[in-house]
Amino acid sequence: MTAATFPDTVRPPSNDADEPKKSFGWWAMACTCATEASLFAYLITANFYLDLRSPAWPPPGISRPALLKPLIMTLLLLSSSAVLVWGERGIKRGQPRQLIAGLLGTLALAAGFLALFATEYRDKLHQFRPSGSAYASIFYTTTSLHCLHVLVGMLLLTYTLVRTLRGHFTETARTGVAVTTLYWHFVGVIWLTVLTTFYLAPHFT
Amino acid sequence: MPPVQSFSVSAAPTLTSSATDILAREPSGSRRLHDAWETPHNWLPRLCTVDHKALGIRYIVTACVFLVLGGIEAGVMRLQLARPENRLLSPEQYNQLFTMHGTTMMFLFIQPVLSGFSFYLTPLLIGARELAFPRLNSFSYFGFLLAGVFMYTSFAIGQAPDAGWFNYTPLSSQPYSTGLNIDFYTIGLLFLSIATTVGAVNLIVTILRMRAPGMSIDKMPLVLWSSLTTSFATLFAMPALTVGLLLLELERQWHFVFFAPVGGGSPFLWQHLFWVFGHPWVYIVFLPATGMLSMVIPSFCRRPMIGHHLVALATVATGLAGFGVWVHHMFATGIPQVSVNFFSAGSMIVSIPSAVQIFAWLATMWYGRVVLKTPMLFAIAFIVQFILGGISGVMTAVVPFDWQAHDTYFVVAHIHYVLAGGSLFAVFAAAYYWFPKMTGRMLSERIGRWSFWIMFAGFNLGFFPMHIAGLLGMPRRVYTYLPSLGLDTVNMLSTVGAFVFMSGTLLTLWNIMKSRKHGALAGLNPWNANTLEWAATSPPEPYNFARIPVIQGRDPLWDGLVTAGPPLDEGRQTSRTTPLDAHWETAVTLPDQNAWTLVLSLALFAACFGALLRNWWVMALCLLLVVVSLVRWMWPVHPRVLETQV
Repeated sequence: MTAATFPDTVRPPSNDADEPKKSFGWWAMACTCATEASLFAYLITANFYLDLRSPAWPPPGISRPALLKPLIMTLLLLSSSAVLVWGERGIKRGQPRQLIAGLLGTLALAAGFLALFATEYRDKLHQFRPSGSAYASIFYTTTSLHCLHVLVGMLLLTYTLVRTLRGHFTETARTGVAVTTLYWHFVGVIWLTVLTTFYLAPHFT
Repeated sequence: MPPVQSFSVSAAPTLTSSATDILAREPSGSRRLHDAWETPHNWLPRLCTVDHKALGIRYIVTACVFLVLGGIEAGVMRLQLARPENRLLSPEQYNQLFTMHGTTMMFLFIQPVLSGFSFYLTPLLIGARELAFPRLNSFSYFGFLLAGVFMYTSFAIGQAPDAGWFNYTPLSSQPYSTGLNIDFYTIGLLFLSIATTVGAVNLIVTILRMRAPGMSIDKMPLVLWSSLTTSFATLFAMPALTVGLLLLELERQWHFVFFAPVGGGSPFLWQHLFWVFGHPWVYIVFLPATGMLSMVIPSFCRRPMIGHHLVALATVATGLAGFGVWVHHMFATGIPQVSVNFFSAGSMIVSIPSAVQIFAWLATMWYGRVVLKTPMLFAIAFIVQFILGGISGVMTAVVPFDWQAHDTYFVVAHIHYVLAGGSLFAVFAAAYYWFPKMTGRMLSERIGRWSFWIMFAGFNLGFFPMHIAGLLGMPRRVYTYLPSLGLDTVNMLSTVGAFVFMSGTLLTLWNIMKSRKHGALAGLNPWNANTLEWAATSPPEPYNFARIPVIQGRDPLWDGLVTAGPPLDEGRQTSRTTPLDAHWETAVTLPDQNAWTLVLSLALFAACFGALLRNWWVMALCLLLVVVSLVRWMWPVHPRVLETQV
């Protein structure tokens, strides 16, 4: 081996070495999303497994879920992701104010999602209790676990907001923002699968 | 922005002894790296240390304590079974013992001890100075320790888990299980699953992003293929257990309906969820052992591993296949014939990648010059016993035979041949092999040989008769049997063998305690082995390597294709490289110890008791503490520097 081959393997830091997607944190969050996605995949599979073994799904006495509210919730969550992307674009250009506005907007839309979710639960609990049937149990378990993920996401967004206000992020130093954004998009994608499983699917059978 | 590192690669093209010195130690007089990486000597920083070497050893020692506990449980069971109609244990006590024996060995010994080796060795094998997330490693350890302590407190109130390590419903749900027994199992394993999952994430990021410049993925040591495969398998399999445990706890505490047929549940749901997790888990605790073997065998055959790429592929293939065989645990449940056939075929396919590994080891031995030191003895015993366990595995993959052998001692013999005769023997091979690196001293070869032969004889004497007991129809998990069934002799043999096996195991533990103070000095590379960890001092300096190694070959210490790269001595720095080609990306600065990792794990520990006793105030308080400690843990010391680097 000659020394001439070394610069290929060992070279000075490239220009995009501080690209957030190359950071350890981003990779760890991607792994976390993968394992959390499996968690929901198993829950949703459990739902269809119980569904296939039941004569009627939802069981007699429970009507098919109404779609208006969950679709509005979907709209809120998806637009919150879009607002966050817009905010992140701000810090990419070195404008923390745009990021602050984006984070606040995301948090507001997420709070709207949770408020609607609370009224949805109020209505459902009038209709059926979690311990009443397998359908009710898996419905409440999966949706409340997703709700928990929204809450964790909001904590992350708040943490990122505090750090932005303290001036931690610049156009090159923004790994924390990218990690939070990744998680928030993930929470949105999971909601789409929950929506499809528990709200849309019953209308196709 | 950190200062851009500029450096030139050492001109020495081959690893001369002076190049080894450059890698292993700072130039005499300099303590820059030492001071940056050493854990301060006060008690709190020591307790919360992030040093992967200290934590790896802690993992291994703690797991060995659980090995002794699980061994005592097994010993008491074997005493009970030594004679027919023995009255040493009540059926209830026996249930708790076999459940805790299985749970301890599967979750608190074999996986953590293998992880311990991974956490210790991975940075050394890849020429890095730490794991990617040092604090997460500290949390993983505390989580594992406290989850184990939590499960074992159940013995203090006489209500240990008692539904078997796979905890089938309805035995584990209301109204058949009313005590706290199963709650200890579910809540403890939920806690443990967090620690295990973050440990897997840590290893994935470390292996993919921190390999020494030039150590492209095809040059990576084989044991890392095992770590990587099992870490990914953990990511995708663990949630199935988490979901199962969560649903079970909701059913037990809040009367949700998942597993009870009344209201539309199904006990099969538990079986599916458990085994979708459980079978990958069997490979998670088996593949690292094959990886260790692929490190030990080349060293003691004095030649590179034959079929390196094939073994790497076989490892990944086994990990993948592990997700497609779970129904073979359920052949006797009356599930549709189509799926029985499918999973029977799937289970037989697993023997192909396993055979690839075995033939690669045999070929390496055939073409090498075998040196029969203690690690190699354990490695050879692994191959013999794993082949026997593999054959009984293929036998039970044949459905009509499985119907005959299901839930008998034949299956007990099978799992012990794979996991005790296999994984445990590999752990002993690894202990004898890497002990000199960890402590700087050799284990006594003489005691090692005695220990090996006693273990080998005891293991086969203890477990081979279980095949026969099973074929004679003795069901597993019964606390006694009648004298007229022809089971007396085989059971007595198993009991004698088990105690012989245990005494051999204790001999090695004694060897470890004795040799760490009085063993012969090891030097850098006592086995004259090929991989990077042997280029560090024994035990390694706090910074592992004084210069970041640059690799160009698969067996760097044999082919000499390693040179000393940049020193990276501005604080706790190590290199970050690209995932496949391991091209240099940048230097990263890693965080040091932080007491909040301990607070976080203690908060979760307390939350487990809150959940057990259904005290929601405790739960809420703990949750708040979890959030606070996470924020305090993550809050950057030098925000901008860390932000660009980690």
